[in-house]
Amino acid sequence: MKWLAIMTEAGRSLGANRLRAGLTMLGMVIGVGAVVLMLAVGQGAQSTVSRAIASMGSNLFIILSGASSAGGIRLGTGTVPTLTSGDAQALANLPTLSHVAPAFPNSNTQLAYSASNWSTTVFGTTPDYLSIRSWNLAEGQALSTGDVKRAARVALLGQTVARTLFREENPVGKTLRIKNMPFQIIGLLEAKGQSLEGRDQDDIVLIPITTAQGRLFGNPFPGTVRFIMAQARSADEMADAEAEMNQLLRNRHRLQEGMENDFSVRNLSAVAETAAISARILSFMLGAVASISLLVGGIGIMNIMLVSVTERTREIGIRMAIGARRRDVLRQFLLEALMICALGGVAGVLLGIGAAWLVSELAGMVVVVSGRAIILAFLFAAGVGVFFGYYPAYKAAALRPVEALRYE
Amino acid sequence: MPTPLLRVTGLCKDYPLADGRATPVLHAIELSVQPGEFIAIMGPSGSGKSTFMNILGCLDTPTAGDYELDGRRVARLGGDELAALRNRLIGFVFQGFNLLPRSSALENVALPLLYAGVGRSERRRRALELLQQLGLEKQADSLPSQLSGGQQQRVAIARALSNHPVLLLADEPTGNLDTQTSEDIMSIFNRLNREQGLTILLVTHEPDIARHAHRLVRFRDGHIIYDGTVQL
Repeated sequence: MKWLAIMTEAGRSLGANRLRAGLTMLGMVIGVGAVVLMLAVGQGAQSTVSRAIASMGSNLFIILSGASSAGGIRLGTGTVPTLTSGDAQALANLPTLSHVAPAFPNSNTQLAYSASNWSTTVFGTTPDYLSIRSWNLAEGQALSTGDVKRAARVALLGQTVARTLFREENPVGKTLRIKNMPFQIIGLLEAKGQSLEGRDQDDIVLIPITTAQGRLFGNPFPGTVRFIMAQARSADEMADAEAEMNQLLRNRHRLQEGMENDFSVRNLSAVAETAAISARILSFMLGAVASISLLVGGIGIMNIMLVSVTERTREIGIRMAIGARRRDVLRQFLLEALMICALGGVAGVLLGIGAAWLVSELAGMVVVVSGRAIILAFLFAAGVGVFFGYYPAYKAAALRPVEALRYE
Repeated sequence: MPTPLLRVTGLCKDYPLADGRATPVLHAIELSVQPGEFIAIMGPSGSGKSTFMNILGCLDTPTAGDYELDGRRVARLGGDELAALRNRLIGFVFQGFNLLPRSSALENVALPLLYAGVGRSERRRRALELLQQLGLEKQADSLPSQLSGGQQQRVAIARALSNHPVLLLADEPTGNLDTQTSEDIMSIFNRLNREQGLTILLVTHEPDIARHAHRLVRFRDGHIIYDGTVQL
């Protein structure tokens, strides 16, 4: 009951000096708004990264052909196709690996369907590729081992390709021309979205690797593949798998002791982990920077409240003379600071949500405004109010009635 | 003789100086007030009468001595208990009115009731009733700055009366008012004393004001030099 009455008194005092209360509140509004926005941007970055990681597949290795060196001039990785489909089959027998898929991609390949055409990556691979990437079909059926054996002219379309060539039409069952060769579309892949580097993963056509190696793209080194993707059975087996693959491929390529590998095995999980950590750090840094503005807002509140206590010394004296106890005065000033924070906090949350929406609309960034972040920002604001409001309130309550009354 | 409403014995007040010594402002004051008395306190500036009033009003504490108000030994009480006494037993009227500038007359009168924990509608009802008694019902929603000096002082008196005090302390209540308004205020004090038996202690410089009282106490240099009938 009395709390409510004192709250009314506090509200009246704020109302009596609207401009000052409003400006003080602005510090809080901006602080809380910044925290909400920055947390939203940080969480957006985290969710983008984790989605990209999930879309890449887990516990992945990529095995690339080695560098060639001819007459002392060393060319880059993958310049000599040392990996073959046979290597991929041999790797598939390793117990530490669950899936192995050789890949023979060819970018900038012209596609055509009736009047429309499109250029994209045509990716020759085996059925395991879909398992490795945990890529499901939206419609139709997946590649089969039979398709690979027969070097069948069948294709799976990524969403972007399907949309570009077929628009609203269902592509499954239609015939597509790849470099003027007819391919039957047997399935439509689910959307994957952007990769970690920002590449559109849905702009792709999957075909059997044998078809790609043989008929479609002339290959000076028959049976070779561009790279091999392999998936370990579990994260714990990554190290073992890497050692076994190295050993197996060295044996198959007949490399002597002391000779350099003519291939390289890369662990993709490490890349994913780094990306996830940097997103977390980014999110933390943004939050920390935003917290500073909240802190500055809090100091603004303390400053104004201290001025207000000095200015209202006589009022405090009058209140004490007619029976206000120290704790009544303390409560009133504390409530004034808290009300500034609470109102500023609510406005700040709204501002933050609005700004996050603007960022996602205008900058096209992924932002995630979570309820937890809002509650966190609001509680932090209230904490700032109590922390920075307490000292001025204590100072007001500690005034001696006679001296406060005598104050001019 | 009935028990006094307030009794002061051996009351001393020193103000500390910067060098650690203290200047005495009141020397062993002895005073006893019966319920229903109307006392004028006079004395030159610096004679200690305002300090004495502040101690009686529980706004300040004595350095030594005893002060009993309505059977309570005030000198021994803590801050919250003093606040409660100021709130319930004492009404204070100041020379400068001391109204809250941003609150209406009604809110000013109701404020002691707020600190007494009285509910909102009851606060309003009692404050309105008091304003009516003092002829200010039309000014209930006015801010102090919209009122004349006499009206402001009447609002202050209404505020002092809101918790039915046993003691009304007035520190030069007419000091800022013209003669006619001063007479009006004094007649209010007279009426309160006569009709409600309210005990009033009033500090003044003006003999014309002191004439309204029934007993006169004179201060000089921290001592009471006269205590008796009003002889000016």
